[in-house]
Amino acid sequence: MTSRRPGWFVAATVLGLAFALAFLFLPIVGILADVPPGELVSRLDDGTSLDALRLSLETTAISLGIIVAVGTPVAYLLATRRFRGRALVETLLELPLVLPPAVAGIGLLAAFGPQGLLGSALDDAGLGIALTTGGVVAAQTFVASPFYLRQAQAAFGALDPALAEASRTLGAGEAATFGRVVVPGAAGGLVTGAALAWGRALGEFGATLIVAGSFRGISQTAPLAIFASFSSDFTAALALSAVLLAVSGALLLGVKLLTGEAAP
Amino acid sequence: MTSGLLVEAATRVGALELAARVEVERGCLALAGPSGAGKTTLLRIAAGLLRPARGLVHCDGDVWLDTAAGADLPPERRRCGVVFQHYALFPHLSAHDNVAYGLRRLPRPERRRRAAELLERFGLAERAGARPRDLSGGERQRVALARALAPRPRALLLDEPLSALDARTRAGARRELASLLRGAGVPVLLVTHDFAEAAQLADEVAVLDTGRIVQRGAPAALALSPASAFVADFTGASVLVGMARPAPDGLTAVALEGGGEIASTDSATGPVAATVDPWEVAVAPADRPPGPTSARNRLSATVATVTPLGNRARVGLETPQPLTAELTGAAVRDLRLTPGDRVVATWKATATRLVAR
Repeated sequence: MTSRRPGWFVAATVLGLAFALAFLFLPIVGILADVPPGELVSRLDDGTSLDALRLSLETTAISLGIIVAVGTPVAYLLATRRFRGRALVETLLELPLVLPPAVAGIGLLAAFGPQGLLGSALDDAGLGIALTTGGVVAAQTFVASPFYLRQAQAAFGALDPALAEASRTLGAGEAATFGRVVVPGAAGGLVTGAALAWGRALGEFGATLIVAGSFRGISQTAPLAIFASFSSDFTAALALSAVLLAVSGALLLGVKLLTGEAAP
Repeated sequence: MTSGLLVEAATRVGALELAARVEVERGCLALAGPSGAGKTTLLRIAAGLLRPARGLVHCDGDVWLDTAAGADLPPERRRCGVVFQHYALFPHLSAHDNVAYGLRRLPRPERRRRAAELLERFGLAERAGARPRDLSGGERQRVALARALAPRPRALLLDEPLSALDARTRAGARRELASLLRGAGVPVLLVTHDFAEAAQLADEVAVLDTGRIVQRGAPAALALSPASAFVADFTGASVLVGMARPAPDGLTAVALEGGGEIASTDSATGPVAATVDPWEVAVAPADRPPGPTSARNRLSATVATVTPLGNRARVGLETPQPLTAELTGAAVRDLRLTPGDRVVATWKATATRLVAR
């Protein structure tokens, strides 16, 4: 009699999982294990870290606001309308996903910097991006927007078109239907997209550094502060990393729980 | 300009060439036909969810669509109630809020009162707070109907309102729908691919095939003299009205108006419409009635019409209520059936569907 035992293939996949878990999880353990938690908290007390965290929260809040405000109607348009060149538009909007952040930073400067295509007009309007907080927001918005757009487009696309039609026949116009039926119906996907975009904006480093530099209180967000301190004060870098780790982890967990519940 | 609802459209949707015109003054017109015939397309044009290349939609003298004149009212301004095939209930709203959705223009207390009143009328008062996903199929269907009727629409459109229900729920839901449609008081356009359903719910049936109305008339008239083999296949289902009461062995006996009694395995009491498909009905000469058979229903009848349809024939019988039998051409020849002949019609109780009137 032959018995069925797990074959070499299953063993290989399990080995792969073990390796992946170890590789991805050990750095997290490292951050939390290197320094006792009490010291981590006390190291956050210095002004640089707190300034960086505050700036990160402020700029990502603005970036996320812009992304959601502009991205929601764009995603709806892409999800519901068929038009010539739609694939091209989609590709352009997704480009930041694969673009190296350094290239994104150079591109932003070339377009909106002082010598850029629209630079002088923006500078006159007080919206210059070079070495300003505005530049931080521009960099975050640029790199993070596809994360929201993709999720939002998928969520709108998955919505039964009959829902919007039912709303119309019940006397609600297009805008009212969008607000009362379409957005609530896609809420799960929109929240996931916003969380992913926020996480990406929070971690944004390369483009920010190139566009806005790393000036405390102006453009030194948490990731930049980590970079600035790690050669001189590794413990401070660890403390700040731990905070970002906690925030990112909470974000991911929150989304999992929220969308797990929101799923029909 | 006519009263009621008029929908006329000529348009191309995918592979379908639609060129049809239907009018409903009062009561219910069923648009029947196979899948892809253009039934739902016509409904969507009426509701303003689809714009035809050329078309005309009038409701009680108001122009909803006139492509020649460049008029096209958006759906939200037509006040046209629609029950969608899978109901399209808003998943994030309770049954109550679904029903109240179309009442935005009313002040809040009045809106609540009207929604509660409708939920009550549809037997949903206890389910007011439930989300659609927690409702049964039959409850969803009633919420969808209540929601469509809430803003007092000027016409009601139903797209296969029973197809999303399982067979068990469907009979009951069909009964409720039948009584509701009679009291609707507005023109009703009902899409169905089931002729029996059309015959029970509608006053008239328009048969749509590949984008064209091939025949229109009262259900019994269509079944009796179908204009084509297609309509013959599609129609059928004679409707016999009478009073139902429980009978032994769990059967239901129906005393037919005008005389005669039949049995059904469906349960019902009170006034009912019984339906039977013509291919279920066998015919024997009155002087040579069939011996013992399993068919429990046996009615004396007079042959009224014989309509040949290729290798078969539709035989119109008077019992005295009209009953249609579909026989082979050979059987009609062998029995020498001609109008005026006395015959006995038989069919099984299991082939007899009952719907409350």
